[in-house]
Amino acid sequence: MALELHPLEQFVIKPIVPLHIGKIDISFTNSALLMTIAVLLATAVVVIGTRREELVPGRIQSLGELAYEFIGNMIDETVGTDGQRYFPFVFTLFMFILFGNVLGLIPFGYTFTGQIIVTFAMAAVVFIGVTLIGIWRHGWHFLSFFVPHGVPIVLLLLLVPIEFLSYLIRPFTLSIRLFANMLAGHTMLAIFGGFAASIGVLGLLPLGLDVLIFFLELLVAVLQAYVFTILTCLYLNDAINLH
Amino acid sequence: MDLASAKMIGAGLACIALVGAGIGIGNVFAALINALARNPAAQVTPFAFLGFALAEATGLFGLAIAFLILFVF
Repeated sequence: MALELHPLEQFVIKPIVPLHIGKIDISFTNSALLMTIAVLLATAVVVIGTRREELVPGRIQSLGELAYEFIGNMIDETVGTDGQRYFPFVFTLFMFILFGNVLGLIPFGYTFTGQIIVTFAMAAVVFIGVTLIGIWRHGWHFLSFFVPHGVPIVLLLLLVPIEFLSYLIRPFTLSIRLFANMLAGHTMLAIFGGFAASIGVLGLLPLGLDVLIFFLELLVAVLQAYVFTILTCLYLNDAINLH
Repeated sequence: MDLASAKMIGAGLACIALVGAGIGIGNVFAALINALARNPAAQVTPFAFLGFALAEATGLFGLAIAFLILFVF
C-alpha cells in the first residue's frame, strides 16, 4: 500500500516561467522562487532590523542582532579573531541555509536544501575557498597540514594518504549530511501524512505522530544550518591555523 | 525472487543503519546528563546538540537510501 504513495513528489522541480537559451534550460523554477524568497527574507531581517537602531531592540532588530552575534561568537571561538574577515561569507551561508530549511517546512512548499546539487554546490564553494585560503596564507607550507606531528616515519606512509583522503571527502560529507536530513525528514512527514489519509478514523494516530515529527524537523532544520556553518568554521580554522 | 520483494528486503536492510544512530544519540545525551549532573555549571549543551546532529545524520544516510530504493527505483 505504501508504494501507492508518492512521498518524493514534493522534491520535483517545476518550471514557473519557462526560459530557454539555445538548448540550455534556465527556467525560473519553484526551487529558484524559494531561493529568491529566502534571500529576500534574510536580507529584510538584517536591513529592516538595523534601519532604526534602538537601545531596546524590537522583534526584528533583536532577531538580526541575535543571528549576527551568534555567528560572530562562533567564528571567535573556532577560528579566532583572524577569521572575522570571513564573517560576511559565513553569515550569508548560515542565513541562506536557515531560511531555506525553515521555509521548506511550510506545507505544500518546497525545500531547495533537499536537492543534492544545491548543497553540493555550497559545500564545493566552501571546500575550494578554504583550500585556496590555506594555500594563499601558507604557500607550500600548507601541505604540512596532511602530516601529523610526532608520528614515526613508517606510520606516516599510512597516515598521510588517510589524512589526504579525509580532506578530499569533506565536500561530500558536508553536502550529503544536509541533503539526507532534509530528504529523509520531509519524506517521513509525507509518508505518515499518507497513512493518516488512507486509514480513516485510526488515521488520527499517525497524524499526531506527524505533528511530533514536525517539531523534530523544526529542530533539525535549525540544527543542520548550525552544523553546516560550524563545520565551515572548523575547516576555515584548519586552513588558517594549520592544526 | 522478483524485483518488488527484493526492493522491500533492500529497504529493510538499509534501515539497519538507524541502529547506529540510535546508539549514538543515546550516548550523546547520556553523556550530557552525566556531565550536567556532575557539574551543573558546565557549558556543554551546544556541543551535545552538535553531536546529536552529527550522529543523527549518519543514520539518516541509511534511511534516505531506503526511501530512494522504495520510491525512486
